[in-house]
Amino acid sequence: MELYSLTIHEARSLLAERKISALELTEAVLERILEVDNAIRAYLTLTPEEALEQARLADARRTQGDDAPLLGIPVAIKDVICTAGIPTTAGSRILENFIPPYDATAVAHLKAAGAIILGKTNTDEFAMGSSTENSAFFATRNPWDLERVPGGSSGGSAAAVAADECLGALGSDTGGSVRQPASFCGVVGLKPTYGRVSRYGLIAFASSLDQIGVLAKDVTDAAILLQVIAGYDPRDSTSVNLPVPDYMAALTGGLHGVTVGVPKEYFAAPEVMQPEVTAAVQAAVGVLADLGARILDISLPHTEYALPVYYLIAPAEASANLARYDGVRYGLRVERGDLIETYNATRGQGFGPEGKRRIMLGTYAWSAGYYDAYYLKAQKVRTLIRADFDAAFGQVDVIIAPTAPTTAFRIGEKVADPLQMYLSDIFTLSMNLAGICGVSIPCGFDHDGLPIGMQVLGPAFGEEQVLRVAYAYEQATEWHLRKPDDGRFRK
Amino acid sequence: MKYEAVIGLEVHAQIHTRSKMFCPCPVVEDTGDLPPNTYVCPVCAGMPGTLPVINRRAIEMAIKTGLALHCEIPPVSCFARKSYFYPDLPKGYQISQYELPLCVNGYLDIETEEGTKRIRITRAHMEEDAGKLYHMGDGSSRVDLNRAGVPLLEIVSEPDMRSVAEVIAYATRLHSYLVYLGVNSGDMEKGVMRFEANVSVRPAGSDALNPRHEIKNLNSFRALARSVAYEIESQIATLEQGGVIVQQTMGWDESRGITVPQRGKEYAHDYRYFPDPDLPPLEISRAWVEELRAGLPELPDARRARFIRDYGLSAYDAGLLVAERAVADYYESTLSQLASAAEPKAVANWITGEVFRLMNENGCTITGAPPPSQLAELIDLVQDGTINLNTGKRVLEEMFTTGRSARQIVEERGLAQISDTAALERIVAQVLNGHPTEVTQYLSGKVQLFGWLMGQVMRATQGKANPQLVKELLQAQLEARRSG
Repeated sequence: MELYSLTIHEARSLLAERKISALELTEAVLERILEVDNAIRAYLTLTPEEALEQARLADARRTQGDDAPLLGIPVAIKDVICTAGIPTTAGSRILENFIPPYDATAVAHLKAAGAIILGKTNTDEFAMGSSTENSAFFATRNPWDLERVPGGSSGGSAAAVAADECLGALGSDTGGSVRQPASFCGVVGLKPTYGRVSRYGLIAFASSLDQIGVLAKDVTDAAILLQVIAGYDPRDSTSVNLPVPDYMAALTGGLHGVTVGVPKEYFAAPEVMQPEVTAAVQAAVGVLADLGARILDISLPHTEYALPVYYLIAPAEASANLARYDGVRYGLRVERGDLIETYNATRGQGFGPEGKRRIMLGTYAWSAGYYDAYYLKAQKVRTLIRADFDAAFGQVDVIIAPTAPTTAFRIGEKVADPLQMYLSDIFTLSMNLAGICGVSIPCGFDHDGLPIGMQVLGPAFGEEQVLRVAYAYEQATEWHLRKPDDGRFRK
Repeated sequence: MKYEAVIGLEVHAQIHTRSKMFCPCPVVEDTGDLPPNTYVCPVCAGMPGTLPVINRRAIEMAIKTGLALHCEIPPVSCFARKSYFYPDLPKGYQISQYELPLCVNGYLDIETEEGTKRIRITRAHMEEDAGKLYHMGDGSSRVDLNRAGVPLLEIVSEPDMRSVAEVIAYATRLHSYLVYLGVNSGDMEKGVMRFEANVSVRPAGSDALNPRHEIKNLNSFRALARSVAYEIESQIATLEQGGVIVQQTMGWDESRGITVPQRGKEYAHDYRYFPDPDLPPLEISRAWVEELRAGLPELPDARRARFIRDYGLSAYDAGLLVAERAVADYYESTLSQLASAAEPKAVANWITGEVFRLMNENGCTITGAPPPSQLAELIDLVQDGTINLNTGKRVLEEMFTTGRSARQIVEERGLAQISDTAALERIVAQVLNGHPTEVTQYLSGKVQLFGWLMGQVMRATQGKANPQLVKELLQAQLEARRSG
């Protein structure tokens, strides 16, 4: 077995037993990146020298008895998460040359745990998109079919995990940006509860929805990564000061006594739904029942409003969050004769079409006269969506739903039609609006051999039960063991 | 027709915390020679991914101010983003408050010619200051973010003021309150307080609220007074000529002494306020409010009442002394260091009279005056008769300029007054002998010459004679000559 194809927990054992060194592991992954990334294009920035240096340090630390949870584990970071001294572009021209002088708290936690940063992965500009095609630099390819998108916006991280270009990765999820690409790439994508992981250093898209998440090869790895990055941060006033449970301990225990809810609204959208996806998720529910879970049909009646509500709130917050990119202090500046022209030229050239579209949508939605009709109304409906989940979790421990209505679509297929693109997030938006947690895990393949993902959703701070159900399903199935045929993309 | 002005004031006061509103950078007062962008971090520079964290101390100081201004402190307060583009605004929005400000429905009483008047305070809310823009003269501009993120309290009054005098009474009293509370240094030159005045006029007796002019960015009491006076006059003139006032934002042109409309379009902002998702609503417990209320210092009104009651001062003198916390402290410190039984009233007279006059002449504040211990010593010397009052005044002048103590000056210059009866008798006799004509006139009934003769004696002693003694001796010798 090649070292690069190890999971984190496998590599951890081998490292602890001194069967491999962090340097060997890191070199193997860097070589793998050189072999495949010309085709996949998952990385925007690679930091091989720093990675090798960190690997040597990790080996030295281990010699001294250090046993940090990620000591010597090579990981990738989505390029909307700040890394000190390493360019952080958010997939945008406007930050093309931006090098933050600080680490995001999540990155600082990874480093403290001994992880090795391989580089920064591609993303839709400012995490706005569902295919990574909105990256200002290039599109990332789906390792299962290079003509298809990896999903988005954390498409670079998902593709890198799927193609064994890292052992695990950080992504960010504002409306499904971790779960949907995980589904498209056949990997595990975990979106923690809002407030579970510090947002400090995560370049803001929509502050009340954004949450850093993880992309991993299996559920165990997702738990390991979450364990490291979760926790209260005094620098993020929206992070929650609750103790971090032992997520590894939460994995085992089986499904007896667990109630699984199946919301009818997530299976009743035939016009956008690929039948194979519905079938695969329904089959997965059967597996959970066989494992001893009680299955309950439930309803989340306001589901249909999630999309319009999301596309009012997220752009509204984004239009303010993106106002700082004015060319005055950092990033792109296109100098013109006067201030207003300089603003216009800088932002006109710096932002791509999707960024501009959302800035305009958001500015409009909350201008004088529209605030009550759009922004305020959307906030009220958001409360109803949250109440749907509160009511449901009064009855069930977790909820099962498809992650995306379809498997990965073709590159270019939806670029010209933003509404079609937005629909690919239709099953993932509600959880961000409600602030709850969820994980997408592989649950089958379609007739083209493309992975299908399903979500296991839990209430706020219900990561333990989510991981437990996902792990039980994973142990009972083999979907997560399938790998894309790298003969098609290896040099 | 007779008109009356309707004026409301917005006061932006720096909250004097150690660190900025949302980051750990120190708050440093602008002395003019501070290197630009030295007190800046990723948060106050608006770098990507950074987040604000509320400075608890700033909130406490704002609540204390609200309590001093008799405001209600609602149990939940909310921060909002106010969006506009300007190079001195790092995030493209200012974190401010819109709905649910920290303090609402207060008032401040001011003294007017007609007596005490209550000015209602609508709200007081927190916000962060922007940076400073320097226009270099070559067409380029530079941004200094040292000030960006410094906490500000915006105190908004109802349009309850009717004259420039009321506006100034309100502004100076508010200034005095903020200094008493220790929330603001009061140092106007450093821009720690800025005003915006909303001015409209209407026929006297009407209760209409007419379109107003909003005068922005007034940095001194003088500019406030002049610009409001100008606005009132010019609005009345416009109305009298049949013109119309339209609501407008004005700037104050200090050199020309006029207000000028700011370009309309650029200032017709839609700030698109919305709750800042980075800052959860702030919950303010009643216990916290009561703890802050209990820690409030003695405020000017209470101190003034105490001065009248305990020291027997007139309302006017007490008002003069308490207007500035430092002056009131100076007064009480002087009182406490007196060795003699000088009256508190006399000490007050020294300060409101001579000390204020010399502060004016020397262009200094109370901190530039001789320390309270030295003033007490001077007053003691007058009280025990070592020097007379006029000499005392001269000594104080010298204390101001040389910084030396009263006793040193009196000793070195030999200013101790002459109370030696025999010596003074000789001098009085000499003066009377030298002015026979005046003596004759006095004795024949021109009694007002007594003062003149008294002056001649004082002059002959270089003012050092004990005036009471001189008066007695002069009377005695004049009467002796009448009978002789």
